[in-house]
Amino acid sequence: MITRRKILMLLPAAAFAWKYVLAGTPELSPNYSVKEHWWGMLLDIDKCIGCGSCVRACATENNVPEGYFRTWMERYHVSDWQQETPQVDSPNGGKDGFPPSTAVGGKNFFVPKMCNHCADSPCTQVCPVGATFDAPDGVVLVDSTYCVGCRYCIQACPYGCRFLHPTKHTAEKCSLCYHRITKGLTTACCENCPTGARQLADLKNPADPIHEFVKNHSVQVLKPHLATGAKAYYHDLDGSVR
Amino acid sequence: MMVPVEGFMYPNEVELQWSVLIVVYPFVTGLVAGAFILASLERIFHVEAVKPTYRLALLTALAFLLVAPLPLQLHLGHPERSLEMFLTPHTTSPMAMFGFVYVWYLMAVLLLEIWLDFRRDIVLLSQSTTGWRRLLYRALTLGSSNISEGALRVDDRVGWVVTLIGIPSAFLLHGYVGFIFGTVKANPWWSSPLMPVVFIFSAMVSGIAMVMLVYMAMMKIRKQPIDMRCVDAIAQYMLYTFIIDFALEMLDLIHRISVADESFRSLDFMLHTRLFFSQVVLQVLLGTVVPILTIGLIQIFNVPEKVRRACYAICGCLTIIGIFAMRWNVVIGGQLFSKSFLGYTTYKLDLISREGELVAAVLLILPFIILAVLLKILPPWYEGKTAAGD
Amino acid sequence: MHVSKFKDAEHLVRLAVVCVVVFAIFLLVRAHFVPKSFGQYGHFRGDALAEQAAKPISYAGHKACVDCHADVVEVKKAGKHAGVNCEACHGPLAKHVEDPAAVVPQLPDTAVICARCHEENIAKPKTFPQVVSKQHSGGEVCKSCHVPHSPLMQPGDKKS
Repeated sequence: MITRRKILMLLPAAAFAWKYVLAGTPELSPNYSVKEHWWGMLLDIDKCIGCGSCVRACATENNVPEGYFRTWMERYHVSDWQQETPQVDSPNGGKDGFPPSTAVGGKNFFVPKMCNHCADSPCTQVCPVGATFDAPDGVVLVDSTYCVGCRYCIQACPYGCRFLHPTKHTAEKCSLCYHRITKGLTTACCENCPTGARQLADLKNPADPIHEFVKNHSVQVLKPHLATGAKAYYHDLDGSVR
Repeated sequence: MMVPVEGFMYPNEVELQWSVLIVVYPFVTGLVAGAFILASLERIFHVEAVKPTYRLALLTALAFLLVAPLPLQLHLGHPERSLEMFLTPHTTSPMAMFGFVYVWYLMAVLLLEIWLDFRRDIVLLSQSTTGWRRLLYRALTLGSSNISEGALRVDDRVGWVVTLIGIPSAFLLHGYVGFIFGTVKANPWWSSPLMPVVFIFSAMVSGIAMVMLVYMAMMKIRKQPIDMRCVDAIAQYMLYTFIIDFALEMLDLIHRISVADESFRSLDFMLHTRLFFSQVVLQVLLGTVVPILTIGLIQIFNVPEKVRRACYAICGCLTIIGIFAMRWNVVIGGQLFSKSFLGYTTYKLDLISREGELVAAVLLILPFIILAVLLKILPPWYEGKTAAGD
Repeated sequence: MHVSKFKDAEHLVRLAVVCVVVFAIFLLVRAHFVPKSFGQYGHFRGDALAEQAAKPISYAGHKACVDCHADVVEVKKAGKHAGVNCEACHGPLAKHVEDPAAVVPQLPDTAVICARCHEENIAKPKTFPQVVSKQHSGGEVCKSCHVPHSPLMQPGDKKS
């Protein structure tokens, strides 16, 4: 029987446990202001080893269903000077790493792909109801409780980073681990990248070392001719990358 | 994914997002626009010859317009939330704005025009019928039984204005569907300013063909003679529209070949392989060239009535199939190639599933059932009067 | 004259009334169903931001490991794996941080996990240490010669 006495005895224990609960079940951080951040990411091709840790970590962190990808790895083989016809493969999105390549010679490298969190995102533009939106801090998010599942955004994304969740029947994509970055953590993919090829960038923070890197090095975005305002910056991206 | 992939596709691209239902939807709205344009030929441009099909065209348009939202609802991941498109429409989204264009066209154009044109018959029927029919017609009269000369003149004038507004509205209705595809800059098969225009003209062709076929079928069912002057005129308008439509599609093709941008090789390959049958054979040869040549030759040579009728029936059917193929080639074709331009996927069309063949077939048959009901409620032919309703 | 004119258009007035009523119903439905926080920051449900931010985390982050396992981190800092975060090999450990006694992480299998990064592949950067494991170790598990936290250390040098 639940008595007042029993509850009073449980309270200090509950308060003690609450500290640990807080560590694991977060709430919106009181120290986070959307106006103070403008998020992007740096993807350094020079450092990427195609281990697939990012793909696995993202799937774990965000409960990504099997066969669908919020982020994935591509392996390129560019023979000699043939930039316009690279050979690309991405077995299961690179989730289990890559088998040994049969390619000989040429340029070979890995390219991590993800949502580019475009500043002028075409997906947000076409969403008929306002379920996908540009957050004030530069992250493009999907409101799963509002999405009607029309898939227009999936069609409109030039980078192929969106999919329809097979059981929720709403559009899904990389959320830049919004639930982590608003607490001062980094994204799951960056956390697990062993070589630092993926690094979260706060483009509004002048002290951010990645912001510094982007300012001082040659960086590229995917499909610049579409003027999406992509904020996933690649360092040393070969011209053959699609 | 279990679907055979050739080359490289982004992992999330392998599964097609927009199914055959999204082929059915522009096909159906196209028929609406086309049927309405045919009706307006008589009302606005005083093409007397097509008068026998005026009311039939309006009812055909209505039957198809009522079915149009169904493939969309069946396709949505959450159809129960679809009202959000009207409650919080995103004004930068062609899809959201289309919802309003649809409602505008349904209410302010089509229903209004049908009501005004049929009002006299509705009032008379509300007085002559009994039981639930009487209730229905009384409700349709909105409580007014004024069918005096003056009132009918008012109806005629307002109806004329509605038809006038209706023409650009019909263009807007189906042009917007083309716009939904045409503004997707991510997809070079769709992204083109020509897309809305091509959609409108192919819609007109299919709508005109549909009304022609329905008229001929109805006359056969009712054992009445087919007004050849009418059908000849309809076929002529179909020919003119077809020539423009074909010219536009060829312009798109020639432009692509000439410009040969980064997507060209990939699209060209797709056209020669996966889309060969549906595009080259069904859409262009059987669906466009054969009807244009046939009806074109009929304009030049003196062809006997029976042969003309058969030609119109066959060409009408080929046209409908060809325009459906065109929608297929745009919607499905636009998803068969990778946005990396390095690979292709396959469309797995199920027979029995929410977005499968069976559902598509039912959705294409349903408008005819609705039309049959509409023809019973609002007969275009009223006791010895002609189909023009006078 | 005017009276009869109005009479002849009266049915249109009735129609107009029906339209106004339908529109009014639409506005009522809208007021009822549109979420209150919609439009707060833009054309979306404002509450969605907080909802997204409140989702549970799986990976605790490197800083959380340092709190309790500073000794391991010291060893790691001195070696080649200094930049590799703990959870990259040990998996998601937020639950372990929450309740260290109850949730004990499993040791990763070095036979599988090391190869993912270090198996030779033509697409890996040339400067990255990679081997053809069959030639390098002849099938022996990596741990028999390498200390995972500091790979160039010999096993038995110092407790890792």
